Amino acid sequence: MGERTLFVQGNEACARGALYAGLEFFAGYPITPSSEIAELLAEEMPPAGGKFIQMEDEISSLAAVIGASLTGLKSMTATSGPGYSLMQEALGYAIMAEVPCVIVDVMRGGPSTGLPTQGSQSDVNQIRWGTHGDHAIIGITASSHQSLFENTVYAFNVAETYRTPVVVLFDELLAHMRERLELPEPGDLPRVERLRTQLPQGVDYHPYLAREDGRLPMADFGSGHRFNVTGLYHDMWGFPSTDPQTVHDLAHHLNDKIEHRTPEITRNKSFNLEGAETIIISYGLPVRSAMQVMKDSRWYGSTLGILELETIWPFPRKLVKEACADARAVVVVEMNMGQIHQQVRDAVDDPARVFLCNRVDGQFITPRDIRSFLRIVEGQGV
Amino acid sequence: MAVQDYIRKRFFPHIWCAGCGHGTVLNALLRSVEALGLSKDELVMVSGIGCSARISGYVDFHTLHTLHGRALAFATGVKMGRPDLKIICPLGDGDALAIGGNHFIHAARRNIDVTTIVLNNQIYGMTGGQFSPLSGCDVNATTAPYANIDPAFDTVNLATASGATFVARTTTFHVHELEKYLTRAIAHRGFSVVEVLSQCPTHFGRRNNQSDAVEMLDHFRQQTVARGAKRSRERPDLMQRGIFVEEERPEYCEQYDALVAKASAAGNGTNNGGAAS
Repeated sequence: MGERTLFVQGNEACARGALYAGLEFFAGYPITPSSEIAELLAEEMPPAGGKFIQMEDEISSLAAVIGASLTGLKSMTATSGPGYSLMQEALGYAIMAEVPCVIVDVMRGGPSTGLPTQGSQSDVNQIRWGTHGDHAIIGITASSHQSLFENTVYAFNVAETYRTPVVVLFDELLAHMRERLELPEPGDLPRVERLRTQLPQGVDYHPYLAREDGRLPMADFGSGHRFNVTGLYHDMWGFPSTDPQTVHDLAHHLNDKIEHRTPEITRNKSFNLEGAETIIISYGLPVRSAMQVMKDSRWYGSTLGILELETIWPFPRKLVKEACADARAVVVVEMNMGQIHQQVRDAVDDPARVFLCNRVDGQFITPRDIRSFLRIVEGQGV
Repeated sequence: MAVQDYIRKRFFPHIWCAGCGHGTVLNALLRSVEALGLSKDELVMVSGIGCSARISGYVDFHTLHTLHGRALAFATGVKMGRPDLKIICPLGDGDALAIGGNHFIHAARRNIDVTTIVLNNQIYGMTGGQFSPLSGCDVNATTAPYANIDPAFDTVNLATASGATFVARTTTFHVHELEKYLTRAIAHRGFSVVEVLSQCPTHFGRRNNQSDAVEMLDHFRQQTVARGAKRSRERPDLMQRGIFVEEERPEYCEQYDALVAKASAAGNGTNNGGAAS
């Protein structure tokens, strides 16, 4: 194996993806099962001139990330469900103030302290709905170390493009599993850098006035343009406003800039969908079990296709609706009590054909689990 | 540069009530900044939520109006991102020491170069007069209608014990002292804290038999004493004003730079996307 071929944990794949994307600032607080991300970055960032700080809690971690991002640094934090809960306040701030940053949530069983060392996908709805107020969010996941690396890079790119926080979510099993990772050469994967205003100093700069393409050029703190940043509804200068038109416009802008661009933001992979009678929709590590079932087709009679979602939020409703239009059965495979299952039911023409194949006992959902479920769906018995 | 050049005139009039002490603090702060000859481009003001936090809207610096209690956490990120910038955090008493107490003690412990001004009006003003951790026993508040039984923090002792390397206290009556302490705090390299007793006639005075701002300012004059003065020994019951701590200790961002030099010299780590070490 060459020196760019590694045998690593998912957490390391994520951290190396962040470094590849140009991570310059990390703030975090120890929590299982995400701590290896902070540990690796604590070692790798200082020699490269990056900034690493261990904060007093998750609240301050995301706050520090936002502060650093405003100085122009690509910034990230990493946590798990309980810490992600604590971050909801600052997450809403980053959404409202339109500060690009990446938040990694390595999912464990919940609620509360739950199952700290075991896998789960039960934070999916918290990612979407956790912070208060109407808002949109981007949530990206992966089913292998290679895709986790690539999608972490993608998360940074999307954060910069849309000036918004982006959540990278994956489960404890992927985080601690070891497998092969081929490090891309610099330049192999696209990197989106911060869009900075070209306005000369002294010209009135509007930090919240979008260009025609919807992007908002930024000015780093200390760069010569002085402006206000607030979590209040604000005008194009960033100053607090309760003007009904200003409030209405900003509420729609924050939602539309993401929801209206769902097809551009969405990443997914499809396998054998054409003419498939049964479609499995899954995301994260359970996709690997579904793939095994498909490969090992002697266990299964009808044609089977798989739609792997890599962008969970915004939920690709149109894509799911179209993919499932001709299927006799749609089986959602996930490790929670049906959080994406409900989204799929809402998206398709006939919700009665959508079934949930899940496990919520801290154990990985196996190919055998899925095969048994498919037999029941097909009326073949257990 | 004249003091008025440091403010955003188009956002006046301000939101503070008549008689509020916070405008006096803003005035003294701008005079300090002018005395130090600082440029607007090298100043970042990071505030939380509350009456005090609104100062950030009125100054023509880089301004970050954040979340209740979290200003010092945001400020830590800004300072690490741009150690060359001067960071000033005006915090309210509840903002700094109730919801933000944890961030306060940890910022002090790190000795990160941030100037914290605790605008202590002993009350939650913006939400309508509830007691704060600096109200103290026997104070009347909307959430203490039978008088408060919660003892108060001593900001100076708390900051000192937490590791702040500059700690001072004064009041909005002692305006020259206030300007002097703020100037020294901003110039200080490390975590500096200036507690300023600031009057809130609307919510504190009205419920505590100090009906107007003048009476409250006179109260500050009578109930405080300069640290080290003869009278401070005669009247230990009076609150002391002065500089309590002024010492040198390695500053956090300087320590981080030293860590980077150490890590680089050791040849640890790899470049972005590089192979495993």
